Amino acid sequence: MTEATKPLRAGTGTMRPGPSPIPIVYLKLWQATKFVGGIALTILCLMALTFFIGRVMPSDPALHIVGQDADQETYRMVYERLGLDQPIIVQFWRYLTQLAHGDFGVALLTGRPVIDDIARVFPATVELATLSIIFGAGIGIPLGVVAAVNKGKWIDHLVRLVSLTGHSIPIFWLGMMGLLVFYGMLGWLGGPGEVDVFYNDMVERRTGMLLIDSLIAGEMDVFWNAVSHIVLPASVLGYSSMAYISRMTRSFMLAQLNQEYAVTARVKGLSESKVIWRHVFRNIRVQLVTIVALTYGSLLEGAVLVEKVFAWPGFGQYLTNNLLFGDMNAIMLCVTLVGIIFIGLNILSDALYRVFDPRTRT
Amino acid sequence: MTHQASQRPGALAQPRSAKSSAMLARIGSALRHFLGNPLAALGLAVILLLVFVAAFAPWIATHDPITQNLGNALKPPSAANWFGTDELGRDIYSRIVYGSRVTLYIVSLVTVVVGPIGLAVGVVSGYFGGLTDAILMRITDIFLSVPGLVLTLAFVAALGPGLGNAVIAIALTAWPPIARLARAETMMIRSADYIAAVQLQGASSLRIITRHVVPMCILSVIVRLTLNMATIILTAAGLGFLGLGAQPPTPEWGVMTSTGREYMLDHWWLVTMPGLAILLVSLSFNLFGDGLRDILDPRNE
Repeated sequence: MTEATKPLRAGTGTMRPGPSPIPIVYLKLWQATKFVGGIALTILCLMALTFFIGRVMPSDPALHIVGQDADQETYRMVYERLGLDQPIIVQFWRYLTQLAHGDFGVALLTGRPVIDDIARVFPATVELATLSIIFGAGIGIPLGVVAAVNKGKWIDHLVRLVSLTGHSIPIFWLGMMGLLVFYGMLGWLGGPGEVDVFYNDMVERRTGMLLIDSLIAGEMDVFWNAVSHIVLPASVLGYSSMAYISRMTRSFMLAQLNQEYAVTARVKGLSESKVIWRHVFRNIRVQLVTIVALTYGSLLEGAVLVEKVFAWPGFGQYLTNNLLFGDMNAIMLCVTLVGIIFIGLNILSDALYRVFDPRTRT
Repeated sequence: MTHQASQRPGALAQPRSAKSSAMLARIGSALRHFLGNPLAALGLAVILLLVFVAAFAPWIATHDPITQNLGNALKPPSAANWFGTDELGRDIYSRIVYGSRVTLYIVSLVTVVVGPIGLAVGVVSGYFGGLTDAILMRITDIFLSVPGLVLTLAFVAALGPGLGNAVIAIALTAWPPIARLARAETMMIRSADYIAAVQLQGASSLRIITRHVVPMCILSVIVRLTLNMATIILTAAGLGFLGLGAQPPTPEWGVMTSTGREYMLDHWWLVTMPGLAILLVSLSFNLFGDGLRDILDPRNE
């Protein structure tokens, strides 16, 4: 984009026509402030939401700490130490300042700071989700392209059915069926957990991702065992993202296939595969990148159920364990964290869009 | 409608009757489309079957869904127990039949709560714009900033496990997409000429919204609600599976897969059957909703 076009676009795109032109620097600054402010406000509201969810909880956190047998005096002390006698707004302020100081509370289940717990379990989920998205995008995108090109033919209907099934299948059940068939009946793949019990704690955890850790340590046995364990949960989790990605790819492709440039390319005499991959597909790459980024975030949702089925020592299992235990500190931090990741991925996909698609730049 | 038309004959009556006949033609073509889309018709058939099974569960089931019969535990499918028996000797087929009631209960309750709330928030937000819109959409955005299941889990954790609380939690997280949709539709309608005409006639905002805006966006909302039903079923089953939704011995399908998990490797039918039921029903809602969208929203294709 040249300098000459910039003021024009910024002026027409975001501001009402005013009497005096505002210098671009201020405009950009204002935009940036609004952008950052909007995100900050959303995160603040999200924290407020989780805080209030935490406070409507019928169970009493003070009672949780002192136990059933504590006398009245101890109970009252803990109650006041936690600030539960204060007005709810004051409590919220306290919660915010604690968060700002990096104090996220202690998990009742493990007795460690919640943030340490999460840092420990998160890599396993990232490992799983990353493999899943590779699977989902790697299969979903070609499927979507094939479906769009053969719109209305049997293969399109087949892809549609596969994708609809992906939307409709209970992911935890699919996981159990996978275990039943590939682990229980055929014995091709590893069962629940990251590795066989035999290999537990054999490699030093550096990244927390076992595949990478075992490679670093050069323990190929552990690595291949870990592979046999991760294939099933990753494909199960990836299936749901594949369903969505293939569907979106199809509709993006359809929107492009009838455009004039595609017709021109065909008229020029290019082969159909060249038209599709060199011309049409190039134009949907940007949209695809944003979709994949957003899907990555929603994998966290499926991960909660999949990790439960496969006893995967990740974030989802940590969350469900705490849910059953009723530890609001841990739950609320988990929810806030997922929210922040989600918001972050949204911003990232927006930014990617801007970077790759010059038309959206202001 | 007809009452008003008879009051004010002439110019106004003409478009009204034209509108209703156009409506009839639309419904007619919708029906034809529907029959031409076998998958959507299949989805509808399964949904009707679900309603039928739920309504007549005591006659369709072959056994009592709750009574235990430990002597007959973990039996594979047979003539006596069509889908086998679970770890407490209960007939899985009968439990699935009764489970349809739980599923239908959750789906209809959530939809009845979520539809009007989402519609109201979206329409008000889209129609008035400005500060109202900013505040309502900020709230909607917060709910949308966390994946649905995770937020539902947080609500269930706060409210405590149980079927009723699961319904509340799902409803609390299911309205924002509806509100978003209704808002988008409203903003398109708001600038239409006929709204300006009604405004100039002096109609109140409430009247415009209820009489002119809501009827226009209700179709898309219904489609979205139908598609949402599949998600609701999956979420409810997921909650049941995690032990946070319906509690045993309720014959809820998610709970059944969860309790059967322990015995899964040696007794495949315990988990397979209720899971198939969930898949079938949620797939049907998706097929039906998809077909509905193709008919009602021609912009898509």
